[in-house]
Amino acid sequence: MSAEAKTVQARHRVLGLSDQDVLEMYYYVALARALDERMWVLQRAGKAMFVISGAGHEGCQVAAMWPMDKKLDWFVPYYRSVAACLVKGMTATDMLLGLFARATDPSSGGRQMPGHYGHPRFKILSTSSPVGTQYPHAVGIAYASRLRRTGEVTMVSIGEGGTSQGDWHEALNFAAIHKCPVLLIVENNELAISVPLRKQMAVSSVAVRAAGYGMPGVTADGSDVLECFRVTREAYDRAKRGEGPTLIEFAVPRLGSHSSDDQQERYRSREELEQVRKRDPLLTFRAYLERVGLLTQGTLQDMTDRVRREIDLSTDEADRAPLPQPDTATRHVFYEGE
Amino acid sequence: MAELTYRDALRSALIEEMDHDRRVVLIGEDIGVYQGTFRVTADLLKRYGPGRVIDTPISELGFVGAAIGMAMLGLRPVVEVMTWNFSLLAMDQIVNNAAKLRYFSGGQVNVPMVIRGPNGAGVQLSAQHSQSLEATYAHFPGLYVVAPATPAEAKGLLRTAIRSDDPVIFLENAALYGMKGEVPDSDFALPFGKAAVARSGRDVTVVAYSRMVFAALTAAEQLAAEGIEAEVINMRCLRPLDAATIVESVSRTHRAVVVQEQWKPFGAAAEIAMRIYEDAFDQLDAPVERVTGADVPMPYARTLEVRAVPHEADIVAAVKKTLGKD
Repeated sequence: MSAEAKTVQARHRVLGLSDQDVLEMYYYVALARALDERMWVLQRAGKAMFVISGAGHEGCQVAAMWPMDKKLDWFVPYYRSVAACLVKGMTATDMLLGLFARATDPSSGGRQMPGHYGHPRFKILSTSSPVGTQYPHAVGIAYASRLRRTGEVTMVSIGEGGTSQGDWHEALNFAAIHKCPVLLIVENNELAISVPLRKQMAVSSVAVRAAGYGMPGVTADGSDVLECFRVTREAYDRAKRGEGPTLIEFAVPRLGSHSSDDQQERYRSREELEQVRKRDPLLTFRAYLERVGLLTQGTLQDMTDRVRREIDLSTDEADRAPLPQPDTATRHVFYEGE
Repeated sequence: MAELTYRDALRSALIEEMDHDRRVVLIGEDIGVYQGTFRVTADLLKRYGPGRVIDTPISELGFVGAAIGMAMLGLRPVVEVMTWNFSLLAMDQIVNNAAKLRYFSGGQVNVPMVIRGPNGAGVQLSAQHSQSLEATYAHFPGLYVVAPATPAEAKGLLRTAIRSDDPVIFLENAALYGMKGEVPDSDFALPFGKAAVARSGRDVTVVAYSRMVFAALTAAEQLAAEGIEAEVINMRCLRPLDAATIVESVSRTHRAVVVQEQWKPFGAAAEIAMRIYEDAFDQLDAPVERVTGADVPMPYARTLEVRAVPHEADIVAAVKKTLGKD
């Protein structure tokens, strides 16, 4: 083993992550990407009306979810949180049931658009289309946890575009005042549909805004999965110690269009697209695992086959699931009793 | 039975529910140290502490959203909006989130929260503090809309609201907070969607809610002096709407007048009148009349404000019109 390999290998170990951990993390990044790609194919094939993608965001999401207690803690996602929701407990089948709007879709029973993930059993709550609304919810959830002394931590995610909404600012203010145990994640891909960062905010990073609310703010390179893990775990430990919220910004590439309803080639140059592809966390994380000798051609092939099998089986399973019965359209407006 | 003001009836419901259920928390602007703009939360900070009586920053969107989060986690937040007009700042959280979370979770997520505060005009606070928003909120599936007129209703309906597993729009009225009335003791609750006959009569049905119930009752007194017996129905709730009680009454009186405090176009009176046409058209001997406020932003000057809301005389005139006596 070369001297360089030893140094890099030390990195995940120094962070307390086992070889098995980082391989499992890579698996989730790869699974989320394959699921994303499958959803687009299904949409283009006319099997779904709408797809919204998390491609490019998977590395930071998996890393951020890793320190969380999957059973105890809460997650309030946004529509790009595919990888985070997979780590938290949702399956590819769960997500495809939502894509196909089937009766057994665990998020909404076919009532909400695809990509609006929720799964109360896994403590994944609330996604709405107007961006930013999940932030006050998460802060309220964290407040309730603190009041009840349950030790639960809440994580909430949003894109940088959503941080321009009043909800976001009001939530940060409330979270800081009450020292809520919440991790406030912003996945900054520098584009809100087509609007670039410089038209979204006059500050150079979202994280600097934390100072205005009286909480720490930190930025990490979203293509550096281990760094994302490190900063999130630090924030998680702070929350656990009762020291309140942390604003965490991940700088991520947006690899695809905003959603299946737009074409990014209309507002992004070829050069820009080439540049962001170099930051793809699937590639950067794979390169790390290869450097430290954890992924070889053989193990990578095994992993790719495992992912492919899971996506194929999930697609078939979700496709076979029944559509909602039309006469159930009026169900679940109000409480219907046990 | 005890005689309580409308304000104290609300407050006693909050106290009893907070004693009964630790999940009940209060959240809003100036509800703690200041004890509430209309003193509905007087002394509650001292009783329950700052964990359960939460003074918020000025951020309706933020604290209504936070309350939704608390509710999803199983707390039962009672949000005070200083006036319902300020709820417009939180409209997205109320309409796009609170009202839809159960549906969008396929029935898995409860949102047991109450949003309460003064609605409507009458105390010279001009157009940004005086709007009646009941029809706006009653339009959306997923929200209960309640508008108590008496202290007993204030208490009985607030208890039901706090125990509800869905979001409740609880519309009080600033002009009613000081009004006194008999309130039953003990575990007294009133069901949603059940109107009350506030006065019996055989000649015409007058339908009203909240403060307008009292205008209708005064009008009925005046009409009685002229030999016209008006039946007054107090709706109590707009969603669910108790159409059955109205239809039963109209089947006996064959005439109906619907009263609402403010703007006529697309208002609650239009909905109620249409329900009468749908369910009791054959019973009607005259078209349904509407008595509504002026179609203007509520003015400040007393003389202007008084002119902009309905009065007994307007109700009397409408009743006489249905009887062909105008």
